[in-house]
Amino acid sequence: MTAAGTAINNRGSPRSPIATALLRSVAKAPLNMLLATVAILWLIPTLGLFLTSLLSPVEISQGGWWRVLSRPALLTIKNYKDILANEAITSALTTTLWVSIGATAATLLLAAFTAYAFAWLEFPGRDWLFLCIVALLVVPVQMTLIPLFALYNDIGLFDTVLGLILFHTAFGLPFSIFLLRNFFLGIPKDLFEAGRIDGGSTLQLFWRIALPLGRPALASLAIFEFLWNWNDFLIALTFGRDTQVVTVAIFSQLRQYGSNIELIAPASFLSLALPLVVFFGFQRSFASGLLAGSID
Amino acid sequence: MLSPAAGKAQGVGANGARGRRSWRAHVVPLSFVAPAALLLAVWLIYPVVYTVVRSFFDRSGAHWIGVDNYIELFTSDFLVTAIKNNALWVVVVPAVVTAFGLILAVLTERISWVAAFRLVVFMPMAISLFTAGVIWRLVYEKAPDRGALNAVIAAGQEAVRPAGELAEAVPSTDSVRELPTGGLALAQNLSRGDVALLGLTQIPESEVPEGAVEATRPNPLATGISGVVWRDFRPGGGVPGMVERGELGLATIAVEIRDERGQIISETTTRADGTFAFDQVPRGSYVVSVAEQNFVRPFEGISWLGPSLITPAIMIAYTWVWTGFALVVIAAGLAVLPRELLEAARLDGASESQVLRHITVPLLAPVLTAVFVTMLINVLKVFDVVLAIAPGSVQDDANVIALAMWRTAFGGKNDFGLASAIAVLLLVLVLPSLFLNMRRFRREL
Repeated sequence: MTAAGTAINNRGSPRSPIATALLRSVAKAPLNMLLATVAILWLIPTLGLFLTSLLSPVEISQGGWWRVLSRPALLTIKNYKDILANEAITSALTTTLWVSIGATAATLLLAAFTAYAFAWLEFPGRDWLFLCIVALLVVPVQMTLIPLFALYNDIGLFDTVLGLILFHTAFGLPFSIFLLRNFFLGIPKDLFEAGRIDGGSTLQLFWRIALPLGRPALASLAIFEFLWNWNDFLIALTFGRDTQVVTVAIFSQLRQYGSNIELIAPASFLSLALPLVVFFGFQRSFASGLLAGSID
Repeated sequence: MLSPAAGKAQGVGANGARGRRSWRAHVVPLSFVAPAALLLAVWLIYPVVYTVVRSFFDRSGAHWIGVDNYIELFTSDFLVTAIKNNALWVVVVPAVVTAFGLILAVLTERISWVAAFRLVVFMPMAISLFTAGVIWRLVYEKAPDRGALNAVIAAGQEAVRPAGELAEAVPSTDSVRELPTGGLALAQNLSRGDVALLGLTQIPESEVPEGAVEATRPNPLATGISGVVWRDFRPGGGVPGMVERGELGLATIAVEIRDERGQIISETTTRADGTFAFDQVPRGSYVVSVAEQNFVRPFEGISWLGPSLITPAIMIAYTWVWTGFALVVIAAGLAVLPRELLEAARLDGASESQVLRHITVPLLAPVLTAVFVTMLINVLKVFDVVLAIAPGSVQDDANVIALAMWRTAFGGKNDFGLASAIAVLLLVLVLPSLFLNMRRFRREL
């Protein structure tokens, strides 16, 4: 069977590479066109925001962003200059950065310790506790807003960066623990036994074996958590007033003036620029983290 | 002080040593787990219990009111709309996103730039749902010269049907003139018993309103003003200003009369033969005019952000965000399917759609279910994108459960009791997914 198939292929080979390639590309032209159209449709909304952010307020009021495709001279970076001089927006960007970094670091650290214990240490109620944590995965944020709003006001965490960091950390934990435990379980047991025979303490085994070997999982988790924290809106909206993250700052602009698009567009683009850079820089880790979270 | 304690410890003997060792054996693992457990207890477990209890108390939290909040949940218009909208989300969005993901995953297997395509479609996943909402709010702007979607529709409409019914119509004689406020009026003021002749020309045959018949000159009314709006043109010419045989009446045209101060006192629309009548008009002199709206261009932009289209509009934006997720997950599932099986079916003469329906989809069922369930949960919790896209005035129409909860608690109503009940409803709705998670978890053990 295989030999016959090869023979037929060989017989046709003098002409075929170019001819078949040509034939194939002609046959696939409609499909390529269709998918190219879909891809362009998918890009247009974001492109629209970007080009709008590069138009002066006067030009924005006079027509759509697509005019710059034929008149590139309309483009200006003035909106970005203005926005970087706007204290509300720059401080919101800094706040978002601190909240995201702080919460991501805290989540990863706590989740790594906990996941390691669930994977490789013995203690009473271990599996039961892990089941509880998996169960917490489904709790909607809305279930916690009211009690934590009261608690935050009582203990002075309301409207603080620390309050936001703690909230994000707690909500990032169930997923992170779940993901890392599964990853740590995949590390060969012999490695830990060898380490223990060499006299390593539990902490040393965790630090010298589990963490370095867990780096791929930790990396994709870090990206995932960072984006999740950076992109938050609901939590920051509820637990901050003057401590505004960038999405909330944009929202208050959206509400206050209605149509100050020369501020909203560049601020929105700045807020999505970092996630896009992270996404394009680490897309492999990003996708694998996503897969681990959804199908495992 | 030290030695008695040490002595006591020693005195317990072997038993104590073993107790201490097992105590130490537990303290290390527990210290690994404790910080996270503490955080989860305070930030998740305590609030869940509190919210459930709180949902049986009134707004202030001082009085137990039983299930009253839950009754209000299913009776107040505000919340019933939210529940209905969310039901629509559940029915439409997970299925559409999963289907899009499957179709695109299968199609992209056959192109050479698959990585680039998936990158483009997946890109919105990196953006916050809130910012995605801002992006789509721009797309949905009503004015066709600003909102991209309406601009495309306007261009399409302009190509198919360039102008409105009377958009280019002009008076046939000097007796009809343009009003400063728009619309065309008789130059001469009329009073009871007069007949208004509003002749128009430059109306293409195709633009004559449907159901038009030959125009007739109406009889004067003793106590009112009658008239006719007609196409003052017939093949061969005719006399301008005269209602003649072969000239068509313009039906369904809005006509107004104004008093001397310019105030509109009555409006009506023309019949099939173009005639109209204002009966019971008080004494005085009036301006009779064909209303401005007949001359307006028909397309002013679809109001995507208006009350009736807002939910579908937000769903489109949401689908734009999540299709990339479905695509990537389903493509990963597709990549590990046994190729031989698909090839064998093709060799046996199965068409591509048969292969998809009878082999690919059944084999992918676990992946498709995972995507569908994930989307189901996401859709139940939808919040950011609604708040970002729906302008304040239509938020009641666009309302969903998560948004209703937030607005009830923090959006001015400040009813923590009712808001807790809404949150509990949300929890109950997503709870079935917990059992799916548990089943998956058990399988892994």
